Amino acid sequence: MINASLKQLSAELAAKKISSVELTRLYLDRIAALNPQLNAYITLNSEISLAQARAADARLAQGKGAALTGIPLAQKDIFCAKGWRTTCGSRMLENFIAPYDAHVISQFNNAGAVNLGKTNMDEFAMGSSNETSYFGAVKNPWNHAAVPGGSSGGTAAAVAARLCAAATGTDTGGSIRQPAALCGISGLKPTYGVVSRYGMIAFASSLDQAGPMARSAEDLALLLNVMAGFDERDSTSLQRDQEDYARDLAQPLQGLRIGLPREFFAAGLSGDVGAAVEAAIAEYKKLGATVVDISLPNSRLSIPVYYVLAPAEASSNLSRFDGVRYGYRAPEYSDLTDMYEKSRAQGFGAEVKRRIMIGTYVLSHGYYDAYYLQAQKIRRLIAQDFVEAYQQCDVIMGPTSPTTAFNLGEKGDDPVQMYLSDIYTIAVNLAGLPGMSIPCGFGANGMPVGLQIIGNYFDEARMLNVAHQYQLATDWHSRAPQGI
Amino acid sequence: MTWEIVIGLEVHAQLSTNSKIFSGASTAFGAEPNTQADAVSLALPGVLPVLNRGAVERAIKFGLATGARINSPSVFARKNYFYPDLPKGYQISQMDLPVVGQGALTIQVPAVGKAQAYEKVVRLTRAHLEEDAGKSLHEDFHGMTGIDLNRAGTPLLEIVSEPDMRSAAEAIAYAKTLHTLVRWIGICDGNMQEGSFRCDVNVSVRRPGGELGTRREIKNLNSFKFMQQAIDYEVQWQIDTLENGGKIQQATILFNPDTGETRAMRSKEDAHDYRYFPDPDLLPLVIGKEWIEQLRGTLPELPQAKQARYVGELGLSAYDASILTASREMADFFEAALGDAKSQAKICANWIIGEVSAQLNRDGLDMAQCPITAQQLGGMLKRIADGTISNSGAKEVFRTMWETQKPHVPTGGITVGGSAIVQFISADEIIEAKGLKQVSDAGAIEKIVDEIIAANADKVAEYRSGKDKLFGFFVGLAMKASKGQANPAQMNEILKRKLAG
Repeated sequence: MINASLKQLSAELAAKKISSVELTRLYLDRIAALNPQLNAYITLNSEISLAQARAADARLAQGKGAALTGIPLAQKDIFCAKGWRTTCGSRMLENFIAPYDAHVISQFNNAGAVNLGKTNMDEFAMGSSNETSYFGAVKNPWNHAAVPGGSSGGTAAAVAARLCAAATGTDTGGSIRQPAALCGISGLKPTYGVVSRYGMIAFASSLDQAGPMARSAEDLALLLNVMAGFDERDSTSLQRDQEDYARDLAQPLQGLRIGLPREFFAAGLSGDVGAAVEAAIAEYKKLGATVVDISLPNSRLSIPVYYVLAPAEASSNLSRFDGVRYGYRAPEYSDLTDMYEKSRAQGFGAEVKRRIMIGTYVLSHGYYDAYYLQAQKIRRLIAQDFVEAYQQCDVIMGPTSPTTAFNLGEKGDDPVQMYLSDIYTIAVNLAGLPGMSIPCGFGANGMPVGLQIIGNYFDEARMLNVAHQYQLATDWHSRAPQGI
Repeated sequence: MTWEIVIGLEVHAQLSTNSKIFSGASTAFGAEPNTQADAVSLALPGVLPVLNRGAVERAIKFGLATGARINSPSVFARKNYFYPDLPKGYQISQMDLPVVGQGALTIQVPAVGKAQAYEKVVRLTRAHLEEDAGKSLHEDFHGMTGIDLNRAGTPLLEIVSEPDMRSAAEAIAYAKTLHTLVRWIGICDGNMQEGSFRCDVNVSVRRPGGELGTRREIKNLNSFKFMQQAIDYEVQWQIDTLENGGKIQQATILFNPDTGETRAMRSKEDAHDYRYFPDPDLLPLVIGKEWIEQLRGTLPELPQAKQARYVGELGLSAYDASILTASREMADFFEAALGDAKSQAKICANWIIGEVSAQLNRDGLDMAQCPITAQQLGGMLKRIADGTISNSGAKEVFRTMWETQKPHVPTGGITVGGSAIVQFISADEIIEAKGLKQVSDAGAIEKIVDEIIAANADKVAEYRSGKDKLFGFFVGLAMKASKGQANPAQMNEILKRKLAG
């Protein structure tokens, strides 16, 4: 059952071969057994989960089930969910019970899905290893000494360890794709604006995008069908017709033009990852695709641009965590300024404080033009590179991350080394394009390798088709970590 | 040594939308603290702003009313600073690209002492949309501060002028004209006590024709009287400081109405670095030409145009025209009372500026609460014009209309047609009921005069022998005899003729 696809689970539920309550209990038991080592979940609430499961069973009994009714999912702890503690991985929100549902949460609730719990993450989604979480690091299910990636590390570990049927993540610079790659699962970051950000705690508003993380592209399509759609509560949500992201899954890939950016296969890419990605490209050729050499000349500037813009937005977005209305407030302080300083100094972790300081600096009088404005200009150039590339190809492929999962603590002292883990994913966020990662083999250390697929704007259905056809031809995506 | 005063204003006009600028929470004034603070007003994690179309409409209307350019796109920016009543830690405002660009406002500066009244054009730099902050309540919390976020997110239009004003009188004329305009076009209720119209005044002094001096900004003035006092005090303080060899430091200052003094709140050195940047939660605001034209069509005739028309078409003085356009209610009342009777404009204006305003004043009412209708007043003016009633008769009619229509009239008011109190009683009904019709029939008046002359032969003789002062005596007798209804001019004329013999 734990290896079944969402489609299979849905059929089993509809046929009453299993109830949602039974399925939910199965996962809750697995979580109870495995989570103490993996630390993939921050908050569980079996009372709510089972109540949702019972409601789903009642709905199924009436024959009113939808695609995800009764299916137990996990939610990244960045989404506000009514009645659930919502921490965003931070001490700042250690005791914050959300009084409302994020759009994504209400979409899943309306679909009748079960919320198993809130998954661990880097604090305020700032990190690439899940080590910045106030609630402790997450272990990679493939090797407990290794990181799961981040920031959606808890979700990636939970999906890989079969502690949920599927789950949600968010991606600001690679936070869905990189942990998906490092944990050997599939993850999709949609085009900016496809999924409403309402109720998703903001890191960098112009880059943040929620997306599904699951064990297959087919599962991702079903999840995205529920998550996507216009929401008037988010002004950056796009007003488009609802689409069925599973509609093209079965299309053959004959004639598909795959662009391979030179810059993604240059120095910095570790040999085993490169080899696995090239093997995947060879598989695509067998499926009828052709390969085009392309260039994204400005993508080398992605990391510096990102580490100006994202912290700038974050420094402002995180100002609301001031100890006044909710969240952490220092127990002792002498006056207002002292209250602010102590609450934020104690409530935020080191990486968050680093980015708040960077962001504050680049927006400061006298530095704004040199940093923020300049970065915005380069951001446009990076987006333009993709526009030109898509004149020659249908999708772009490359590695998701330059290495397989590294060890816990390995990059802790060197933020720049950590930032480089997202070197291939960040340009996609800067351009607002959809990107995904699917498993395509294993590295020298036996850890999973991710293949990144970057689509043109709103090409999610095609990307899912491209991923699904590969998953029909290979079985990397159905491999499970030892002991699972 | 002479000094020139230089003043520019920043006015925050609260826009009259029912809901907040970025959420659906109510903007009604006076609710229990935090009962109108929704998730967006509280800045809960994950909430997002959604722009209120009504606020944009009001900004566009203001732009159109001041001949300004409507910028499209305009951009919302975040102004970052920490304060307990600023829930997000930033205020959403507009910086580089405000929704309303350069415009202008023509003001009438009233005569002061020997100085004549004059007209002046004040240039508007810009007007931009932004959200208000909440309120910090420092009383009743035993050494702690209470935060009320009902006001947080209320839409404001910040209207910035060029430093074009050269006296307190000009500054106040500008503020009043602006205050009239925003109410006139229905974008702000103008309630200054409730903070719907707040003025920041930038004041500096310089040698005539010299470089601009360093300015100090007086924050948050919410009455014209305080504005006058604050400017007067501040100007004198700056002049004294400079003449004593001191220097003005740029600063933000507060006016204390109790002491009549200004004091510095913060200097330029402690000024915040607000770290403005475009708000990534809001897209650039694009305003189509069609929308602008549709809104232009809803704008009423503006005060300045009305004034010109009253002077040009109706022959009113500039002074009367400016008083009648002091508010939309006043002008509407005037026009409705006047109707088609354009030749009666002067007398109509006199009644409204005189009796009506005086009565409103006495009763503590404003024009919108006027107990009589313009139609009632118009009906009475018609009877003055056609000679049915005398001026004193008209005063009686007016008083009766007012008393009858005044709210909470005690029972026992005048009886017309059998019912005790008639709403909107007409002048004709009052004239009829009270017998106020004046006698203009020459024959009837001559008869009265003849009778008086016959009955007072001795006084007539005295008059004719040169005792002119007795004329008043005869007038009194005649008016009494006519029960006060004789047309006074006619009566005088006939008496004079007959007494002369």
